[in-house]
Amino acid sequence: MLFKLSIKNMKKSFKDYAIYFLTLVLGVAIFYMFNSLDSQQAMLEVSQSTRDMIRLMIDLLGMISVFIAIILGFLIVYANNFLVNRRKREFGIYMTLGMGRRQISAIILLETILVGILSLVVGIFVGVFASQFMSILVAKLFEADMTEFTFVFSKDACIKTCIYFAVMYMAVIIFNTLTISRYKLINLLTAIRKNEKVKIKNPVISILIFLISAGILGYAYWIVTGGVYELGTADELLKPILMGIVGTIGVFWSLSGFILRIIQSSKKVYLKGTNMFVLRQLNNKINTNIVSMSIICLMLFMTISVLSSSLSIKSALDSQLKELTPVDVNLYKTAYLPESYVNSYNGKTVYYTEVQREDSRKPVSYTLKTNGYDMNSLKDIVEIPIYAIPEWTLKHSFGDYYETVKSQFSMITYDTPESIIKISDYNKIASLYGEEQYTLKDDEYIVLCDFEQMTSLRNEAMKGNSNIEINGKTYHSKYAECQNGFVFMSSSNMNAGIILVPDSFELKDEWTEQYFLAANYNVETDEEKEELDKVLSEENDNILFDNLENKGIELLGTTKISLTEASKGLATIIIFISIYLGIIFLIASSAILALKQLTESSDNKQRYTILRKIGCDEKMINQALFRQIFIFFMLPLILAIIHSIFGIKFILSMLAVLASPDELLPSVIATAVIIGAIYGVYFLATYLGSKNIIKEEE
Amino acid sequence: MSNVLEVKNIEKYYGNKSNLTKAIAGISFNVEKGEFVGIMGASGSGKTTLLNCISTIDRVTSGKIIINNQDITKLKGNKLNKFRREELGFIFQDFNLLDTLTAYENIALALTIQKVNSHEIDKKVKEIAEKLEISEILNKYPYQISGGQKQRVASARAIITNPKIVLADEPTGALDSKSARQLLETFENLNKKLGATILMVTHDAFTASYADRIIFIKDGKVFNELVKGEDTRKQFFEKIIEVQTLLGGDLNDVI
Repeated sequence: MLFKLSIKNMKKSFKDYAIYFLTLVLGVAIFYMFNSLDSQQAMLEVSQSTRDMIRLMIDLLGMISVFIAIILGFLIVYANNFLVNRRKREFGIYMTLGMGRRQISAIILLETILVGILSLVVGIFVGVFASQFMSILVAKLFEADMTEFTFVFSKDACIKTCIYFAVMYMAVIIFNTLTISRYKLINLLTAIRKNEKVKIKNPVISILIFLISAGILGYAYWIVTGGVYELGTADELLKPILMGIVGTIGVFWSLSGFILRIIQSSKKVYLKGTNMFVLRQLNNKINTNIVSMSIICLMLFMTISVLSSSLSIKSALDSQLKELTPVDVNLYKTAYLPESYVNSYNGKTVYYTEVQREDSRKPVSYTLKTNGYDMNSLKDIVEIPIYAIPEWTLKHSFGDYYETVKSQFSMITYDTPESIIKISDYNKIASLYGEEQYTLKDDEYIVLCDFEQMTSLRNEAMKGNSNIEINGKTYHSKYAECQNGFVFMSSSNMNAGIILVPDSFELKDEWTEQYFLAANYNVETDEEKEELDKVLSEENDNILFDNLENKGIELLGTTKISLTEASKGLATIIIFISIYLGIIFLIASSAILALKQLTESSDNKQRYTILRKIGCDEKMINQALFRQIFIFFMLPLILAIIHSIFGIKFILSMLAVLASPDELLPSVIATAVIIGAIYGVYFLATYLGSKNIIKEEE
Repeated sequence: MSNVLEVKNIEKYYGNKSNLTKAIAGISFNVEKGEFVGIMGASGSGKTTLLNCISTIDRVTSGKIIINNQDITKLKGNKLNKFRREELGFIFQDFNLLDTLTAYENIALALTIQKVNSHEIDKKVKEIAEKLEISEILNKYPYQISGGQKQRVASARAIITNPKIVLADEPTGALDSKSARQLLETFENLNKKLGATILMVTHDAFTASYADRIIFIKDGKVFNELVKGEDTRKQFFEKIIEVQTLLGGDLNDVI
């Protein structure tokens, strides 16, 4: 009997369930898609190091999934609560007929389970199909071979999705039971009659608040764009963020009053058709939903800026990488190993063998030759020693500025000796890398640095006095600032400082800290390069690595190919996580907006009935309803778009990327499509749902 | 004088063949221009159905309703809406004012949906407000004003479009006696000074006594008709009570 009632209820209130169901299905589908990434075909076709990157990404996505599950959980409870509230009267009638609370709970339990199962089935079905498309995206990002297409279904992801959503539905059931146990019959039966008081705001104050909020937002925008170079630390970013939040709330607090005032001043517009009615409806709706409108706006803002900047970040990383990996391979090892040293972690003394110490006094090429590496596979070889003098530490470089820096950044180890390279050695590297070469007088030095924070600290220190006293001689910096450059390849600007000294600078051999080698592979095609890369990166079945391991020699290195793959992986992780979060935020905000609109449906219904009674025809009424919902949906979106314009600019400037409009355009279009689709579906569902509600017979 | 409303032998049935309810079983009457007609009857007598049929909210099963030489039973869709918008004015028991709009806007809405010029709207609203003595409350919201004031705002909304006939359904039903009296005086005012034709449905004898003529309905038929003529309102009221006693519905009619 109860089961029958549940089924009937669902059929009857199918249109009410539409938004709830849509949210569940989308949630399930997205959840499945992102948790099934590892078993997707594209993943099977990529190289080892890329796969490691994917592992990392999947672990990260797994963690984020927990966070997402919490968001979805709240959303589902909220949406469900809306449904239960809408049916208060129905439950009241059941109770007058003698049905107990337990039985009503049972009805809702059954309904929740039915909807839950149905949404899981549909959601996973949608998810499975959508993930095939995502597979193509993955393949494109990782440049995997996708010539053979197979349909993939991930059992693990499916089970995981079911478990997570089962937990969420449990929360819904508990919440429902609690809600129902608190109901009083009289409130249930009269629930619909509750009339909200119309909140009225002083129009002058509204205009004032609006202008102030707009001013606050404008200032916040300026901080993150025009004044971005004055932003020193992350703490200072808190200010524009807080201002953005306050400004957004302020705008929504005053917006409707402001618009109303503006339009009222033009009687021609205001006193035309149903304009007056629509405006007042909106005014009322926005005024009662200031906080949720603001939250929705901010969520949309995050979605838009994250989605559209993530793709630009990828292209930015790509171009940066090109600059930072001018050669195929960098190899280096520690020079002049001592007989023994004390491990600072466990206090044990570590001894080096004679073989190890012997090798450490020779350059990298010696190690390669003596351990079975074919030197013919390399060309353009440049080898240099890098020195470290005990008395020239970072602390020395900072000079008088040291105390100030230390009080701000206590984490930096200031006792580390600086890396020192002779100018003639560096010029060899620079010529290979295609970088600028330098000349130095006998009492000059140059600091080479491209790690931004460190650069600014060093520059600040050099402003005061760049004189350094070493070996009884005084040296000063040739330039007033650090020069941009690097020796070690990496995927981002990470050179914290290398000091170039004149060749006359006295450097003893035992001060050599590292031997460094840079070279290109002696082959032309990418495939051949990849083969050679394996010799230096893959540790299996490798004569070089076997020999080195036997002797206990540690040879370090980076190759262009491994850096590229890592960077590509990083970009992909960023893209996936941002799409995942972005879409969930988008679903959450659209669903809340839709439910907000539908919640006040009974009030709306009354009002639209009055309109009908005084002679409005259906066309006018539908038009009024459409406009009302459209504007209600558009307002947070428009403000979010304005926010995003500055947000994206800020993100790009933070990453020191000059993204041209051409680079930004595809991601902006992709974002617009995603938002348009999801937001559009919710808008349509809301409009149809509302239309249905106001159409209902008295 | 010409007839604004002609009701010609209308019938309205509910239900199906096996269980037929005759809500209206052949009613005919006329309302002349400038008349104030009351329709009285007990609950279930068919008076609300009659009003719904005249106001085009409901459809008759047979018969004709002619308003201003137009048979409204033949109208459909948008023409019907247009007709309702332009030729009829409504006053409801529960006011039906929009709670989000001010009194001014509630009145103006009736004109804006007719796409009347905005300058004219402003002028007309102020004019009618003065006549109904609601100028002071024009910028207030429905919840800020009393029931009587609300109903006067509703009356202003009904009359501002210059309708051929104003249909009032239990207009005093939700008002206390003082407000009710004020409202009825307003109606009298509308009728006598502005020449509005009013058709009012009520079960209350006192309310009815403000009308010029009363049509009594019982079981879906016209039972009796009373004309005020030269009587004072008190005399007319007593006559109404007499007919009501005859109808036998008065005691049962207490809500």
